[in-house]
This record gives sequence, C-alpha cells and structure tokens, in this order.
Amino acid sequence: MRKRRANVKNHEQEVRVFRNRSLVAALVIVLMAGALVSRLFYLQVIEHDVFITRSDNNRMRVEPLPPRRGLIYDRNGKLLAENRPTYNLTIVRERVDDLDTTLQRLIDILDLPEDEVATFRERSRQRQRPYQPALLMSDLTEDQIARLAVNRYLLTGVEVEAQLMRYYPDPIVMSHVLGYVGRINEEELAELDSGNYAGTHFIGKTGVEYTYEDQLHGKAGLRKVETNARGRVLRELDRDPPVPGKDITLTIDSRLQHMAYDLLDGRRGAIVAIQPKTGDILAMVSAPGFDINKFVTGISYDDYRALQQNLDLPLYNRAVRGQYPPGSTVKPFEALAALQDGVVKPNDVIYDPGYFQLPNDTRRYHNWLRWGHGRVDLERALEVSNNTYFYTMAYRLGIDRLSAFMHQFGFGEITSLDVQGASPGLMPSREWKREKYNQVWYPGETLSAGIGQGYFMATPLQLAAATATLANHGHWVRPHLAKEIGDQAIQPPFAGTKPDVQVDQARWWQDVYKGMEAVLQGSEGTARKAGAGLKYQMAAKTGTAQVFSLGQNQKYDADELTERLRDHALFIGFAPVEDPQIAIAVIVENAGGGVSGLGRELTDAWLLPDGKLKDWPDTTVNEEVESIDGD
Amino acid sequence: MAIDFQRVAPRTQRARVGRKRSIWLRIHLDPWLLSILILLISFGLVVLYSASGMSLSTTMAQASRMGVALLGAIAIAQFSPVTLFRWTPVAYGAGLLMLVAVEIMGDIGMGAQRWLEVGPLRFQPSELMKIAMPMMLAAYLHRRPLPPTWRDLLVCGVIVGVPVLLIARQPDLGTSLLVTCAAVFVILLAGLSWKFILTLVVMAGGAMPLLWINMHDYQRQRVLTFLNPESDPLGAGWNIIQSKTAIGSGGLEGKGWGLGTQSQLEFLPERHTDFIVAVLGEEFGLIGMCTILILYLLLVSRGLVMANNAQDTYGRLLAGSIVLTFFIYVFVNIGMVSGILPVVGVPLPLVSYGGTSSVTLMAGFGILMSIHTHRRLLTH
Repeated sequence: MRKRRANVKNHEQEVRVFRNRSLVAALVIVLMAGALVSRLFYLQVIEHDVFITRSDNNRMRVEPLPPRRGLIYDRNGKLLAENRPTYNLTIVRERVDDLDTTLQRLIDILDLPEDEVATFRERSRQRQRPYQPALLMSDLTEDQIARLAVNRYLLTGVEVEAQLMRYYPDPIVMSHVLGYVGRINEEELAELDSGNYAGTHFIGKTGVEYTYEDQLHGKAGLRKVETNARGRVLRELDRDPPVPGKDITLTIDSRLQHMAYDLLDGRRGAIVAIQPKTGDILAMVSAPGFDINKFVTGISYDDYRALQQNLDLPLYNRAVRGQYPPGSTVKPFEALAALQDGVVKPNDVIYDPGYFQLPNDTRRYHNWLRWGHGRVDLERALEVSNNTYFYTMAYRLGIDRLSAFMHQFGFGEITSLDVQGASPGLMPSREWKREKYNQVWYPGETLSAGIGQGYFMATPLQLAAATATLANHGHWVRPHLAKEIGDQAIQPPFAGTKPDVQVDQARWWQDVYKGMEAVLQGSEGTARKAGAGLKYQMAAKTGTAQVFSLGQNQKYDADELTERLRDHALFIGFAPVEDPQIAIAVIVENAGGGVSGLGRELTDAWLLPDGKLKDWPDTTVNEEVESIDGD
Repeated sequence: MAIDFQRVAPRTQRARVGRKRSIWLRIHLDPWLLSILILLISFGLVVLYSASGMSLSTTMAQASRMGVALLGAIAIAQFSPVTLFRWTPVAYGAGLLMLVAVEIMGDIGMGAQRWLEVGPLRFQPSELMKIAMPMMLAAYLHRRPLPPTWRDLLVCGVIVGVPVLLIARQPDLGTSLLVTCAAVFVILLAGLSWKFILTLVVMAGGAMPLLWINMHDYQRQRVLTFLNPESDPLGAGWNIIQSKTAIGSGGLEGKGWGLGTQSQLEFLPERHTDFIVAVLGEEFGLIGMCTILILYLLLVSRGLVMANNAQDTYGRLLAGSIVLTFFIYVFVNIGMVSGILPVVGVPLPLVSYGGTSSVTLMAGFGILMSIHTHRRLLTH
C-alpha cells in the first residue's frame, strides 16, 4: 500500500508546484522588504526632524547649578552659619543585581534601622525613570562612609552623593537670631522663582535666614550636559555659573550674646542690647533656645513634639514676640511725656500718701510702698519708682496724649528693620478699645497704662529700642541685625526712619537721665545694689510685671504653678549717659525681681576694657578633636 | 527510506561520467552564498564594534564565533543529503527528548528554563528544533504524494505541535513562532492548496483570543506595549521609543560610525544583541539599512535558487524552508526594532551578538550547500 502510493509521486508536478510556491514566496518577501523600507523611510526621512530633536533631548539635559548659600558672621567676623558637605546614600536599582541582598548588606554594614529600609522599599516601588538614584539615607557619618568604601565591591549600584548642608556652630544661643533653613515645602514652592530655586533644597524659614533669604541664596546657574541613559553626566556642553549668595555680617556680638544667654542661667527670659548711635542689635537672646541644626536635616517627630510641649516654650522667640506688661520701665518715657505736655515741671513736688484717688471716686490706686514716699519730684519719682506720681501724670495727660507720646518711642509699633516675626506689642488707646471691645475707656485704665500695666504690652526688643532712642535724646535709629551684606555696609538712615522724638527743652532729657541714674546710685534707688561701684554714668529703670500667662495649654503642676505666678522682672538701661554705647532691656519671667545685676554685668562687660567678654568655644569641633587625640 | 536515492544514483553517475566537475562542487561549497554570508558577517562585525562601545574583545569574540560557525557550515556541507535524511528522525527524536527534559527541569526550577546543562556544556534544545523540525517534515512529506492529503497534514500537525507547545511553555514565544514558521513553510512549499491555506488563516484569526488567554502577563504586556508604546514610556515602551528614536535620528546618511548618540550613550537597550539594527540605522542611516536589506535579499534569492535546483522533495522542501525562515528572522527583528511588530526576542541573523542562533543559522546554510552541491549525483 505504502509503496504503491509512493509510486504515485509525480516529480514533474512537484517541481512545478515548488517553483510556483517559491515565486509567490519571493514576491511576498519583496513586499515584506518593501514594507520594512517604507517604515524606515518614514522614520528616517519623513519623521527625521522629530526623532533628531528627541535624540538631542535625550542626551542633553539642562542642570541647575545651585548657588552656595551666603555665610553669616557676627560683628567680629565669627562664623555663625556655614555650609558643610554632607553625604547621602543612594541606590540605582537598575544596577543592583539583587536588591534584597544589597539592602541586607547595607543593614549589616551601617546598622540601618529596619523602618528606614522599609520606607525605601516603599519609595522604590514607584516607577521612575531608569537609572535615577533613589535616596536611602541622608547625612552619613564619616565612619559610615569609610565602612561603605571598604565594602564597595559588594555594593554595586550603591553610591554616596555629596550635598552642602547648612550648619550652625553655635546652634542654641544663636537660635532665635539666626533662625534656620529647612527643606522647601509645597507652599513655599508655589511662591518661589522656580528657575532660581531649581537646584536648591533649602530655604530660610525663620530669623535672619528668612529675612535675608534673597541675599543669602544667590542666583542659580545652569549647565548643559550630555548624559547617558543612566543619567550619568559625560560631558559639559555649556555653563552659566551660579552667583553665590552674599555673606552677611550681623550686628550681633556673639560674645555679648553668649554672656547674656549665660546670665539668664536657664531661666525663661529675654535680653536685647542695642548700640544707640547705630541701631545695631548687639545681642538678642531668648531663653531657652533650641538646637537649630536639628531643623536643617528635618527634625524627628518626637524631638519636635518634645520642643512644642516643653513648658519653657523654647521655640518661642521672647525677645521679639514676647509681649509683656512693661511695668515701671515705662516711667522715664511717661515723665518726658508729662514734661513735654506741660502737665508738670521737673521740680514740681507731688505728695504721695501711699495711694492715688481719681476725683469723685473712692477707689484707691496704691503705690507699691503702702505708706507712701511722701514728697516726690520727678527725679525722686524715677529713683524710687513712685506709682502715685505717675498715676498723677497719667491722669493729667489722659490716655490720648499718653498713647500718642508713647507711640513716638515705638510702643505699639514695629520699629525694627529686619527682625523677623517682631510683634508690635500694644499701646492701648480710646479708639483701640472701642474697636476691639466696643467699650468706652475708663479713667482707671489710664492709671494702669501709666505704670505699664493693664492693656499695655511691649516686647523686649521694643523696650530696648525705646531705651536706645531715649539715650539718643530722642533720635531714632531703627534697630537692625544686618551690619554688612556682601561687601556693602548697611548705613543709617534707613528707609522709613521714624521721626525723632521732639521735646521743647533739651534739658528735660537730662532731668529724666538724672532720675534714671539715681535708680542705680541714689540712696533710695530701686537698683542701688546693682549700681554699687559703677565706674561710668549709667541710666536705668527697673520694673515688675504681673504675670500674664504665655501658654494657654500649660499643665497644672502645684510647684510649677507657684513659681510661675511670680512677677516678671524687667530692667532697662543705657551707658555711658553722656556718650551712650549700649542700651539694654532685660526680662526674666517669674523672677520676682532683682535682674538689674544682669544689665549691669552686660554694660560692664561691654564698656570696661577688662570686660568679661569671652570668645565662646566652638564646642562641637573641640570635642571631636579631643576625642580623636584621646584615641 | 532512502530508496529513491539508491534507485537514481547509478544512472546519474553514468550520465555525468567524464564531465569535469567544478572545484566548488567538489568541495561542496557555493561561492555565491559564501560571499554574501561573509559580506554580511563583516558588515555585522563593523556595526557590532560600534554597538559594543568600541569593544575590540567583544568584536573579536563574535568574529571567532562566526568563523567557527562558518567552518561548521562548511563541515555540514560535506555530508550528503542522504546522510542528513537518514539522521533526520534521530535529530528530531533527540530534540524532542531534550525539550521534555527541559520541561521537567523547568518544573523543578520553577520558572523559565531554556537551557540544558550537561557538565560545562550548555545547550538550547529549541535551537536544534529550528533545524530538526523542517528536516522531519520534509522527510515525512518526501515519501508522500504531494500535495499533502488531510491525513498527511494531521501527521504534520503532530510533528509540529508537540515540540512547539513544549517550547512555548518554556516560555519562549519567539523561538516557538520561528519553529512554527519553519514547519509552515515546508507544508506551504509542499503544495498545500490555497483553499486550505485560506481556511487556516481564518481559523488562526479565530484562535487569537485563545492565544491571548494563554499568554503570560509579560507577553501580553509586550503586545500591549507594541500597540501603544507611549503608554509606558519608562517601562516596557522604553525600548521601542529609544530604538525608533535611534533609527529616526539617523536620517538618510546616519550620524557616522561610532557617533550615534542613542547607541553610544546607552539609551538603546540590548544595543549589541536584539536591537543592534537600531545602531546600524542611527549610524549608517537609511543607506546603511538598505545596504543590509539588499544583502539579506541577495542571500535569500540565492537560497531560493538553490532550493529550486534541488532534485528531490526532501532537499527542496528543507532548503526552501531554511531560506524563508531566515528571512522571517530578518523581517521580525527589523520590524520589531522599527516598531511595526511587537518585541519578541529574535536576533538579527548574522549580525546580533551571540552564539547559539548563529550556529543554528550557519548549520542551515551548511545544509543548503550540501543539498545544492550533492545534486549532480541525483540528476536523471
């Protein structure tokens, strides 16, 4: 059967069929080749322009060159904010053979916390352009970098990238002056010049870093580079270099700043010192401070919560935002107001029985000395801080005139030039009360305002500025933090300078100064202990303020509460009287009193050649050096 | 099995006695085929040098590999088709057994398994099938009156189906398609009626959804990406977008040897293997592409002429299938790289870097020369 069928094979016909079929095949092959050629023609000739552009876009990339952020120095050239290279650990997934093994090795080598690795896994799951490095860990220590280098051969695809990061050598004492930089958030991103900030990751959030962001940041540059598909730069084609940010020299003297911080000695409070002639803020301390370096890398949630829940409110800048009743420290200014408005003459004597009574009112407004100071003139009123005298002045002036005059010294206004977050305080007036509470002004409230209580609120910075203006015979120089930007010194007068405080008779200044000198050196002076052995002429005024709670959500704690119910102690002063070099305002919360010594020590340190000003040690660096030596 | 040869051999010898046979016939080589092959390989090496990032070692490795493959082809050409015919069932059977072995080992290894390792030797059974499959079909149809009957087709279906399914399960869609192609060409060349072909095409169209259901996710992804590469520009579409960009930016004359930015800057994936033609297109432009296409067409034409000169069904069908399958390689590879076909792992024959497929292809050309140069023995 098989054999018979095989014999039926028709060779001629098979050859013919095969020939036909191969002809058809040849035809189809020509058609297919034609299809390929037309496809290639389409790609290479018709769409050539599209693809040549695409291939150029592929290989060429415009990279922003972030400018170096300007450095910040104190007035003596001490470095307060610098940029340090930090190292980040990145992984290029495409170059890692086995991610699990590599991650496990990294965990072993660096003692990585598991949760950081877990978040990395989460992040790396998102699809991205191939060969883009993904951040695994930032801020590697030198030790970690060394360990990575040793194990490099085990870790293909793992890279260490350098980045400049802000570093503050003196982070706590300078915290409220400098503020800090942090990662740019979405809100800020929306408002920024995206071109200039294309390569920048950090922006000033508070303090000087915030105020002078534009100058510190500089101008971003560009470079056009040729890259391979892994994003690795092979060649630079074009370059427009960045303009580095300007260095800023502050008016702050870090030695004085340190001394002031140390004098507060862990208590809550603020000290502001101003050079009256220039308006230079020599020291601006708010205690307690906090570690601003933690905010640069991104503070951990726990650390942040601890800062926020701290009863001492370290994040709160008391020096510029803390609104305290100024108490008796307003009396010198009020005395001037009374003289200028002619309601009193320097030698007019007022009898103090221990209290003041408004006409047709039985209520007594007491002097702090229950039995009274007896006969009091202006000088003695300041020396003993007599309340009755100033109740009388306030009553005679009335709130309208008092408020208007106090405004000239900057109360109720923001007078500083470049201090971020400064608060205007509150100088109450009839209009203000009507607007705020829709109530009429009571005469009794004028008396409260007359001794710096009641609605009256001022910040330490305002008190220092007013004191400096007082020392200047009323000449206003707005207080400021920047001394030089780049090579350019900041010179007064500044834009929008406040009009000087004018009084009809120049000797009235001397009358007030005399009273303030007596505060320190008079036999009855409220700060006579602090004034003992004074080697120069100094004018000062003490004050106490009834407690005004700062935080709303303070926890109840019996011991804590009694301490926190004590009065705030205030002090203002300037020296030398004939040629003022420094004006100071001190506030210590719940001190009860006795902070005049702090003011005295600061002026001593500033004015006397054997002053106690010392360079603060750069602790972080020294410690490290020592520990290496110790090994 | 070899009855036909024995029957005709004495007569041929008688007819040709005394006639001087050309040197090429005596050494069983075809000068045309060899020249075109060498031209193609040389061109391929030039492109590879650039595609490998000017790596002389890669290029030399490929050159020596191609040299060995060429020697292999020359060696195979020395065997007469009669020997090949005899060994056909053995080759097919061995290929089938090894595919089964791979399947079993793959089950154990839980994943894609294409290689069979015996000591230091690695062998890919599906490559053997590329040759053994058309041999087996040609051998079967050689003994049947043509055009094939329904019963013949059923037998052919079994011969083709079992190994193709095994290869597809590895999974290696590209190779299983190529093996199927080789088989289909044998049957088509055997004179399958056009009516039947039409029916088959319609049925194949109907089977597409079935194929889709049985595909692996990554295979489906390839098809989807092919249909719309922009849908996933950083993932699976990346390859196609980059290769199209490379080819398109080459223009008419190309960017010059070694100067293709897409290729040299590593935007092109698999630039020295499956996507090497994109390097060619970028650096040598449309002119270079046409040159290589013309070389391929010359090779195919010569192959078809040789197939037509074959003097028995086995040789004809086998030679024809080898040549047509070769062109399918070319078409599928250039088609996928230029974005008119989905990405299946098919290298550009004789040009792409890599050993296995070149050896198979060269073996095919060896068989072609064997069939061609031994024919005088068989002439009437």
